[in-house]
Amino acid sequence: MTAVTSTVTTDAYEGASPEAAFEAAVAADERIEPRDWMPDAYRTTLIRQMAQHAHSEIIGMQPEANWITRAPSLRRKAILMAKVQDEAGHGLYLYSAAETLGTGRDELLDKLHAGRQRYSSIFNYPTLTWADVGAIGWLVDGAAITNQVPLCRCSYGPYARAMVRICKEESFHQRQGYELLLTLSRGTAAQREMAQDAVNRWWWPSLMMFGPPDDASAHSAQSMAWKIKRHSNDELRQRFVDICVPQAETLGLTLPDPDLTWNEERGHYDFGAIDWTEFQEVLKGNGPCNEQRITQRRRAHEEGAWVREAAAAYAAKHSAQHTQHAQTDGKATA
Amino acid sequence: MSSSTDWPLWEVFVRSRRGLSHTHAGSLHAPDAAMALRNARDLYTRRSEGVSIWVVPSTVITASSPDEKDPFFEPAADKPYRHPTFYEIPEGVKHL
Amino acid sequence: MTGPSAATGAAHAAALALGDDALVLSHRLGEWAGHAPVLEEEVALANIALDLLGQARVLLGLAGDEDELAYLREERDFRNLQLVEQPNGDFAHTIARQLYFSVYQRLLYERLAAGDGELAALAAKAVKEVAYHQDHAEHWTLRLGDGTPESHERMQRACQTLWRYTGEMFQPVEGLDVDWQALRDTWLSATADVLGRATLTMPTGPQSGAWSAGAGRQGLHTEPFGRMLAEMQHLHRSHPGASW
Repeated sequence: MTAVTSTVTTDAYEGASPEAAFEAAVAADERIEPRDWMPDAYRTTLIRQMAQHAHSEIIGMQPEANWITRAPSLRRKAILMAKVQDEAGHGLYLYSAAETLGTGRDELLDKLHAGRQRYSSIFNYPTLTWADVGAIGWLVDGAAITNQVPLCRCSYGPYARAMVRICKEESFHQRQGYELLLTLSRGTAAQREMAQDAVNRWWWPSLMMFGPPDDASAHSAQSMAWKIKRHSNDELRQRFVDICVPQAETLGLTLPDPDLTWNEERGHYDFGAIDWTEFQEVLKGNGPCNEQRITQRRRAHEEGAWVREAAAAYAAKHSAQHTQHAQTDGKATA
Repeated sequence: MSSSTDWPLWEVFVRSRRGLSHTHAGSLHAPDAAMALRNARDLYTRRSEGVSIWVVPSTVITASSPDEKDPFFEPAADKPYRHPTFYEIPEGVKHL
Repeated sequence: MTGPSAATGAAHAAALALGDDALVLSHRLGEWAGHAPVLEEEVALANIALDLLGQARVLLGLAGDEDELAYLREERDFRNLQLVEQPNGDFAHTIARQLYFSVYQRLLYERLAAGDGELAALAAKAVKEVAYHQDHAEHWTLRLGDGTPESHERMQRACQTLWRYTGEMFQPVEGLDVDWQALRDTWLSATADVLGRATLTMPTGPQSGAWSAGAGRQGLHTEPFGRMLAEMQHLHRSHPGASW
């Protein structure tokens, strides 16, 4: 009976300044909703993060769509199409969440196309063989899920709700990737080699997905305080490594890190040093596919302009006709 | 750029099964109501999440403001007699 | 591959023709992934492609092993209409192809659903999916035809370009007991109705192109189809006997 016992909210906020009310709501693990007062920097951080997340889903369609037309069985083709479709859907959920803060999708897309907003660097790596589809599902989606599950409890309501939906839908993405790799690993020698090669290429970039180490992460501390972010980059990275090692064993594939060893004392796997120079270079635009990805995105948008204009023109014409009809009808009855 | 091609935003409400009310699912862009309904079907019910959909232009929704939160909602908080738990009934009385 | 449920003779031929239509069109729609004019349409086109792929898998399953049929046949053994193998072109071409085919497929499947056997069961389920595909194609035909001068011109051109591939749809298919002339008449009037509402002119000229000697149903295809198959089959064929 929430109405009878007065809630934390009313107690804590009574007579408080908007700043204090915001801080109290975050401290009490309540959600901030679109029309609540919020610090400008919180709003900016959220828009940046949701936009970057949405852009990643949309750009992330490309490396996998690269294999739809070559999928080696009809079952795999259906799975892959459904997965790439989900990514478009997830992009839409996230743009929709970002729009609750008053920034239109067109504005965000313009920024992406102009290179003023980022997407996850992982999608600047190429998918060279069919096994890459599996490695993306297992490692890239696995890393994404590790990052995203805590976001379901993010302090901003619309973002948290979008993430609940996305995480629910994404649970099949990782499993299909794992199953795909397992099939290859248990298949012919050539298939097995293909699988190992893909894991070799995707392992390190996947670890980079958690972002720079905590002591070098620009936005982490404030985002943690605002509960936009719930765990540090290094914490999530460690969690991911610990999950992957036994999964790789079951796959019968090797993770390409000679320093990977169980540390009894820490209760975690130790792993080798990440090449942050590579990370910075890809981030700066020097990855294998940065140019290609953004060019394709821009082209799809530009080539689609006439279609969007046509639908808008049709809607304008026909709503004008409706209004006319309505007016005529109105006069007739008056 | 291109304000003429920016399709309006629509809010989507989905009835997940018969007997339940429509619940807000999210939003999307569409040039008109007919397309909004179809886009909503494709986006929000592709895992059989719905049996009925409403779409509403976002601009026509009037929302209460957080600034009015206290006058709007607080007066309801001190009327516990509206709730059945307010009343004491001797143990053993049934069907009440 | 003949299993206990594998059809023989005429039923086999029918399942193959319809299965190839669905397989090939699904493949073409799959090529849109990441290229659609607006994000909502990414989701819509993928939905249609997935429906068609689902139909293809059931139909090819009636004729034999789905993957053997999809990946190991030569071009001349495919029985799909030339219409569905035509490249996507611009969005107007894709919509015109969708309109022509979905109206046909709906009318055909409605008739098949009224019959009996495995094909009727598939058709009864698929006809609901296809009704939605037709609805999607119609709504876009209206918006492109009656949108801007540019979209009108593009849509008119697309309808005209693909017109020559529509006659083939009404050639009798072995194993299907359908009044093809009546199907054609209904198709023509349904299509004319949509195009009329979209302020488009019903194309003129023959409904069958010069390369129509039997055409797709007899295994005669157009040049782009060979490339499509090369891409589709390459990986599967590179690893004979492998499981995926």
